[in-house]
Amino acid sequence: MAQKKYRVVHYLNQFFAQIGGEEKANIPPLIKEGAVGPGIPLQQALGEEGEIVATMICGDNYFAENIEAAVEKVVESVSRYKPDVFVAGPAFTAGRYGIACGASCSAVSKKLGIPVVTAMYEENPALDLYRKEVYVIPTADSVRGMKEAIPKMSGFVRKLGLGQEIGLPQEEGYFPRGIRVNQFVGRTGAERAVDMLLSKLRGEPFQTEYPMPTFELVPASPAIRDLRSTTIALVTSGGIVPLGNPDRIEAASASKFAEYNIAGVDDLTPDAYQTCHGGYDPTYANDDPDRVLPLDAMRALEKDGTIGKLYDVYYVTVGNATSVANSQKFGKAIAEKLKAADVDGVILTST
Amino acid sequence: MVHVASIVPISLTVGANRIVPAVAIPHPLGNPELPEDEERKLRLNLVKKALRALQVEVEIQTVFEE
Repeated sequence: MAQKKYRVVHYLNQFFAQIGGEEKANIPPLIKEGAVGPGIPLQQALGEEGEIVATMICGDNYFAENIEAAVEKVVESVSRYKPDVFVAGPAFTAGRYGIACGASCSAVSKKLGIPVVTAMYEENPALDLYRKEVYVIPTADSVRGMKEAIPKMSGFVRKLGLGQEIGLPQEEGYFPRGIRVNQFVGRTGAERAVDMLLSKLRGEPFQTEYPMPTFELVPASPAIRDLRSTTIALVTSGGIVPLGNPDRIEAASASKFAEYNIAGVDDLTPDAYQTCHGGYDPTYANDDPDRVLPLDAMRALEKDGTIGKLYDVYYVTVGNATSVANSQKFGKAIAEKLKAADVDGVILTST
Repeated sequence: MVHVASIVPISLTVGANRIVPAVAIPHPLGNPELPEDEERKLRLNLVKKALRALQVEVEIQTVFEE
């Protein structure tokens, strides 16, 4: 007896579903029976084992402007076809389409418990938004890469459809999701590290077991010509807050920053300020919070005219296991506030 | 902006453009082993150094050692 085919629902935007271009980008979600557009070669690649039973279609603008409503409709429509796998795209470098693919996959996976996969270019802004929750297969940056993308996607859909285990990113060819998997290895970390070092010294290839995140560089601010006419602000990631930590900044993995008025304060004393930063011995910072946020020194330099003015507000967060994404968000928000207040320079202190 | 940071390699990694090395993680702008007035002087000097760094034009990430 022939094995039952696994059922696939495929997500496409209005363009790839051959409904229209930008003039049709406002169409709300709709679902069609069978394979459409790139779904046709995908179906051919899946062969007899799997079947694209329906194609979910939505205009890119509609999706991007009504994400919640669109996602709800996608989940509801997809559930009626009882698929075993949900696949979206490929979105290549298209941002709105990428977000639609990522958001649809994420919601279908969470709400319906169905395995999902999408595909896009590495610089698609949706990648970082969804890679942690969704398998994303790398593609070229434009539709010219469709021919290469389809077999990669179909291979992955097949594995998901047959319920096969998905291995590590480099084996299976999807973007790493930032998940660490425990495994037993024959040699200790020290031996492996020395081997890597020796390979590096010999100029031979080696593979790190713990890739570091990459950070973007920003252009340096221009030099300040005359300090005497400037307003300087203090910012810290060292967790100096009014006693009692009124805004409850977390001791680790901070989800927020706070701002406090220091007009008229000449010295940070232990009866009024403390640190809320975890991960380092707080004794010294609690005994004298100026050791982290040098308010006393700044006041002295304001009084003797070295600087024009110490800005009346300082900004604080906790830089202990705080995510890069949150840190960038805080940094942007603080910088915007300081700019709006015509602050000329900033001293940022970190523990 | 100038980053007064206890761990300079981290400051370099996250992309600060002007970096002034600080004293130690639990007391970047202080030293509890010093008498109070000397500690204040140390802090004042570090802050002055940070302000001087703000007055220097930089093209690439720069650590103000001296």
